Formats: sequence, C-alpha cells, structure tokens
Amino acid sequence: MTAFAQHFAFEFKTGLRNPNLFFINYLFPLGFYAMMGLVMTQINPGFTETMVPAMVVFAIMASTILGLPSPLVESREAGIYRSFKINGVPALSILAIPVMTTIFHVLITSTLIVLTGPALFKGIAPVHWGSFALVALVTAFACGAIGALIGVISANSQATVLWSQLIFLPSMLIGGLMLPLSLLPKAILPFSALLPTSHAMQAFLGLAYDQPTTLNPFVSLGVLLAGGALAFGLAIYLFNWDSRNQTRQGHPLMALLALAPFVVSIFLK
Amino acid sequence: MADACVIRTETLTRDFATVLSVRGFRKVYGNFVAVDNISFEVQRGEIFGLLGPNGAGKTSTLECLEGLRRFDGGALNVLNVAPDREPRKLRNLIGVQLQTSGLPATMRVDEAMRFFCAYHDVAPRYDLLERLGLKEKQHSQFRELSTGQQRRLGLALAVAHNPPVVILDEPTAGLDVGSRVELHSLMHELKAGGATILLATHDMAEAEKMADRVAILLRGAVVATGTPRELTAAGSGLTKISVRTDLSVLHHNSAAFPGAQQHLVKEEYAVYYSTDPGPTVTALLGYIAAQNDKLIDLRVERPSLEERFLEITDPGVAQ
Repeated sequence: MTAFAQHFAFEFKTGLRNPNLFFINYLFPLGFYAMMGLVMTQINPGFTETMVPAMVVFAIMASTILGLPSPLVESREAGIYRSFKINGVPALSILAIPVMTTIFHVLITSTLIVLTGPALFKGIAPVHWGSFALVALVTAFACGAIGALIGVISANSQATVLWSQLIFLPSMLIGGLMLPLSLLPKAILPFSALLPTSHAMQAFLGLAYDQPTTLNPFVSLGVLLAGGALAFGLAIYLFNWDSRNQTRQGHPLMALLALAPFVVSIFLK
Repeated sequence: MADACVIRTETLTRDFATVLSVRGFRKVYGNFVAVDNISFEVQRGEIFGLLGPNGAGKTSTLECLEGLRRFDGGALNVLNVAPDREPRKLRNLIGVQLQTSGLPATMRVDEAMRFFCAYHDVAPRYDLLERLGLKEKQHSQFRELSTGQQRRLGLALAVAHNPPVVILDEPTAGLDVGSRVELHSLMHELKAGGATILLATHDMAEAEKMADRVAILLRGAVVATGTPRELTAAGSGLTKISVRTDLSVLHHNSAAFPGAQQHLVKEEYAVYYSTDPGPTVTALLGYIAAQNDKLIDLRVERPSLEERFLEITDPGVAQ
C-alpha cells in the first residue's frame, strides 16, 4: 500500500476506534436525527419538508466543526506531528487526510439519514439525487476545511471548543436548520449569510429539492467551495509542527480571511 | 540486520569521513541563549555521546540537526545536507528516536510500522518488532503499551528504514535491564552495519560503555570532548576509596592520610579521593585497626565518567 493509502486507512479506522470520534461521527448525529424525527415532526409537521437536508447538514457540522479540530490540537500537543515530520509525513497529508476521512464518515451517516428519513419520519426525499450528493460533498468539504483551520489556529483543546461553538451554535439558531431563512427577520439575514449551514441549506433546497430559496443556490454552492478552499489553504499556511505551538508562520487572526466569500455573499444575494 | 540494509547504509556513507558536523552553532529563544557557538564533528561509524545536565542545550542541538527547529547561527551538516534548508533530503538519511514517542493513541504497533515504512518507501520491518520484544503486542494500540514498550517501538521505527545516521534521545530511559541490553546490542549491530549514532543520554554508564567519543554540554557550551577514557584521565586523576567499618570510626575522623585529597561520608561509607591509593589504603587499614574497629567493606575504584561529568558540570558535588 502507498503511504497515502496507509495514512487514509489509519485515519478512517481512528474515526471508529476513538470513542469520542465514534460518538461525534455517528452516535450524536444519528441520535439527534432520531430525536428530531420523533419529536420535531410532531411539534412542527412542516419540518418534514427540510428534515432530511437539515439533519445531513447537522451530521456534517457535528463531525467536522465539533469533531475534527480537537484531535488535530491533541496530536500537535502530544508531539505526534514532530514524529510525522521527522519521518517525512507532509503537512498536506496531516491536514487533508483527516478531512477526507471525516467526509467519508459523514457520507455514511448522510446516506443513512437520506435513505431512512422518508420511511421512518415522513421526511421528503430529494428530487435530484445527484445534486443532493454534490451539495453534501461540497458542504462537507467546506466544513471540514473550517474544522481543520480551527484545529490549526487553536492554542489548546479548550480553545477549539470555543471556536467550534462560535460557529455551531449560531448555525443551529439562524443557519436554516431548525427554521427556514425565509422565516428569519431581515436584520438577521446578513449574519446568517456568514454561516456555512445557511448556504448549505439554500443549495440543498434550490438544487436538490427545486424549492424557492432566499439566497441564490448556485451562489451558495460557490461560496461553500470558495470558503472551503480558502480555509484549507489558510490551514496549510498556518499549520504548525511544534508541540509548543511556537513556530507558526503568520498570525492566527489570518484565519478570519476564510470568511471573505461568506462576507461577499451578503452583497450578492 | 539484513545484508542488503547493511550494504545500503555503507553505500550512503562511504564518501563521507565526517558524517555530521556542527560548527559555531547558536540557538536563542527570545532573550535566552540556549546554545552558544558550539562545534563538534561525528565520524562515520562512530557512536557519539552528547552529555549534559537538563537545560544544557542537548535537545535544542538535536532538534536543529533533525530539522525540527530553525537556528540562529553557525552551520549544521548531515551527510552534506543542511537540515534547515533541505529537510526532505534529510528524512531518509536520519532515523530519530524522540525523547517522548509521539504516536497517535489508537495506532497499533504493526500499523505504525507499516505507516512509517510506507512514508520512507521501504518494506515494513516486522523482524524489528520481534527483536525488540514487541511481537506479542503488535496488534495493541499505542496507548495500551507500557512506557518501555513505547520507547522500544520508537526505536524500531527510527531504524526501520536503515538510516545511515541514527539520533537517539535518552533511548534507554524507562527500559528494564533486558530491553536495555537488547538496545545496546542493536546499537552495536547498527554501528557494525556502517551507521553513525548520535546518542544523547543522562546515563553516564551507558555513555561510557557505548560511546566512542563524547561531548559534554554545559549551559549551552561544549566544555569537554574526547573518548570516555580520555575524559576520565583528563580529570583530577583521583582514585576513589570507599571504606565501611563496624563502628564507623572514619566518619568523624579528621586525620590526614597519605595521598588523600578529599573526604566525604556517603551513606555507610567513608569515601576518600586519593592521588596515591596504595599508601592511603595502608594508612586507612592501620587507623581502623588502631581504633579497634572492624573492616566490613573496602572498594578502590578508578574515576568513572559519571564522576568526571560531575566534576565538570558541578564541581561542588564532585568534591
């Protein structure tokens, strides 16, 4: 097997072996999905229309924004990257492979949700399955890159929680998961446009469900792609091998540049 | 070691008499000068010991040689490769056992071997796992290994790609006697295969036994270099005489004995350092008999590297 294949296989297995990662990749999103399917559809029957994409986006957020950063920080703190560097593991592999394997885990949970949602909870299946898969993949890439960037810039594991929650909690409230963007006050919409979940939901609804959207779904897809590419580029640039986090090039605040496509999207709608 | 591996190591190093050189090396952290203008060379096939107390600058020197840190002055060279400018070339030339074996907690032993060998583009060396007593643990995750097992795995991974230069940072710390002997045997085999070994250690007995030459670092400067025998001979040349008696009459004795330069009490022993051990021992035995005391133990020892090290790094302790 090539080095890439060995590394990919190891990282994928880590997502299953590590109890914390297994919880965040599978148990948490699927448990939340089951709860929302059982409870939310009773409270708000209209939720069934967006339940499948919303729960897919939730699963993506859980695995990438909540699950991905901490292992990156812990590995750096434990001196694992120093071992990797000495043995020729490139920084690109250290960041790209965990992002790819996380996307792989997310695709498994997403498939479970999209296949069981309509049967179990009367969720609406996508009209265009190919578009659904494409949007899921792009969203997972964008969120995975942001997760990697959070892991790179966080000084320690506690900081990852703060950064992750800074994205996760607003996404739950104003990111179009629980409430459609069309129901949000207009003053809130610019803030919603800064969140990847808002663009993911708009792209899902517009491209996979043929439903009217508040934002242009193609723009949203482009914003996710550009934001993901920028976040991943910044993660590579700001990546630090040093366990004491003392040799990074560039200031961590440079990470805010990853917001640029999302900020631009406020003016493009 | 496999024959092919031995040939490969020798082929890589045969054009270089000096495999590793450190010239005017300087490393600064903020306002703190960790290493200041040190120089030494390591010859092909040599085991070179880097000794020094904590904070002497050993790890800073090693980390810069390994390409992990940038440095602030001087020149480092490993087989004609500058670690700071050509880190990729360096990867297959050196094998490094870090002081703390940083591996992912869930990585299995055999998986680690496959993983790192794949990045070095060589076949996995499962024989090393067996050699270092890790075969039974090959399906265990890294977090399930004892400290000693983790260090042995670190060593196996460091040498699996048959690097011509091996850098070992405290390789035997936390190892049991059997593992230590096995590690020393492996180091001898690597040396016989043409490998050059840079060994940083606190264990003076290990350095004295294993190293062809050593450098002693103190507060960021090299204060002594040479073979262990040269270093001990270059010391004050005192012979250590340890005496234990039934009534401990020597413990509070201030009498001068011929040749004895220093006197101290260490646990149950009265310890003398003498320039002329024969007359000193004769006088000591006479004194013990005159005091109606009974001799229990008498040891006459050549100064060890450890004592020479203490003499250099902390003269107060040595005396």
